[in-house]
Amino acid sequence: MRFKLPDSAVAPLLAGHASAVAARRRDATLFAAALGCAVAAASVVAEVDIAVLAANFHRLPDYIARILRLDSGAPVWTDPAEWLWGLDLWLLLMGETILIAYVGTLTGAMGGFVLCFLSATNLVRNPIVRITAKRVLEFCRTVPELVFALVFVQAFGLGPLPGILALAIHTIGALGKLFAEVVENIDMKPVDGAVSCGASWTQSIRYAVLPQVMSNFASYALLRFEINVRGAAVMGFVGAGGIGQDLIEAIRKFYYSDVSALLLLIIVTVMLIDLATERIRHALLGWERTR
Amino acid sequence: MTTRRPDIAALRRDHPGAFENPVRRHRVALAVAVVLMAILVAGFWALGVPASRFVAGLGKLGAFIGHMLPPSTGTWAKFLVYLHALAETVAIALLGTLAAAVLAFPLGLLAARNIVPQAAIHFLSRRFLDSVRGVDELIWALVWINVVGLGPFAGALAIATANFGAFGKLFSEAFEAAKSGPVEGVIAAGGAAAHGVRYGVVPEVLPVLLSQILYYFESNTRSATIIGIVGAGGIGLHLSEQIRMIEYQQVCALILMILVVVAMIDAMSSRLRLAISAPRVR
Repeated sequence: MRFKLPDSAVAPLLAGHASAVAARRRDATLFAAALGCAVAAASVVAEVDIAVLAANFHRLPDYIARILRLDSGAPVWTDPAEWLWGLDLWLLLMGETILIAYVGTLTGAMGGFVLCFLSATNLVRNPIVRITAKRVLEFCRTVPELVFALVFVQAFGLGPLPGILALAIHTIGALGKLFAEVVENIDMKPVDGAVSCGASWTQSIRYAVLPQVMSNFASYALLRFEINVRGAAVMGFVGAGGIGQDLIEAIRKFYYSDVSALLLLIIVTVMLIDLATERIRHALLGWERTR
Repeated sequence: MTTRRPDIAALRRDHPGAFENPVRRHRVALAVAVVLMAILVAGFWALGVPASRFVAGLGKLGAFIGHMLPPSTGTWAKFLVYLHALAETVAIALLGTLAAAVLAFPLGLLAARNIVPQAAIHFLSRRFLDSVRGVDELIWALVWINVVGLGPFAGALAIATANFGAFGKLFSEAFEAAKSGPVEGVIAAGGAAAHGVRYGVVPEVLPVLLSQILYYFESNTRSATIIGIVGAGGIGLHLSEQIRMIEYQQVCALILMILVVVAMIDAMSSRLRLAISAPRVR
């Protein structure tokens, strides 16, 4: 037996459906129009010129083809010894870059570790402490690391030190915020239990909060390390150590094959670190689940 | 009334871990911490960072901070110049993010295992995206300056290129995480594979993609503030110039302006993100 609603009952349903669809259409159209206006305004401000892009676009593949050729005109892979002539030095610089990233990430993670508890809504009742900590984190995160690096190069001189400090400060801001979000999402029962047994604030963090958050913290710190390796690779642009100095020199002075060699080195390193940290993070999360 | 004495022996039997020597219990974590700190110390030593330079630099840094107050742009004309540069920065971020998202959408589909089953296409598009992503925005900016000349257009193209790699990866992961049920339903009802993607996958992942795009827009506003250091438009040019000329009052004013704009963009974008994700909570 087929069941069929009478037309009088179907009509309001259909009308409701139609009006719901119309409302969604209207919202989408409005959104598209607003976005269109914003894009038009932004195109004017950013001096977008499609004609110039179309006329000169061939220079992009030309440039890529050019950096893949040696001075003799032969493709780089035909003579690896000539292409990677500076490999020893470059590997050393790449090592320096990774070390800058490592030291910056670890010191920054320690700073973020301290500040994240102070800025967590569920652990700190005093609004002055909490809001100050939040603002400090926001400042560290918003000012780009290269700006810190520029200032630190003037204060501490050229070399890896300003690079480390710049990465560390940016990392405090970025990790502090992520850590605080983890802390704000914990189960508060262990904390209540610890406090009711007479634990102090630091003791309750050590025994009730830390066990819940450590694996997440480690995972975020590893992710940040990966980002900081990329960041450290361009620190040399402003004289703050690492492989960036050689890279920008090669680009500016048109040592074409060096550009491709250095880029290859950076890309391969970043990929390897991506793979390694991803494996460690999966292992961490798996270990967390089995506990 | 007597207080009940806990049966320590029974507790010891039931929870041996809690009574273990703490050093023994956390030996793995302790070993990891020791190794991490050892590398840290060795790193400082290997990078040749003398403590004296650090202390002297801190003194100088303190002096800089003293010079920053009160923040000032000097003249109103300069303030207007900076405002225009900030507008350029936001425009670079907006256009770069949007262009990257539009271009990455088809490539994300190609790189998604469940949509394009051919391993070769999947592998090639993944590696292509990885290489694009491995090159920093600043390097892309230098490359694009060769193509379209100095100015914000090169900056927008650089942001677009670097984000294209990131979006391609994120989008393909979002597509792969989509449930297969809706697609099977569409295909069972007689739809082609393309219909399956359009009506089975896209409606499910679109909110995720939109919120990722907004998140990147926020982060790109921050990156667009430095892209001017290499001449690709925006406030970065003024910022690096004023830092190099040791005009710290201006630097402070510029940083404050950036903080305000970034806070505004963040607030706007997080409201939008909430609005997008809210209807998904059922």
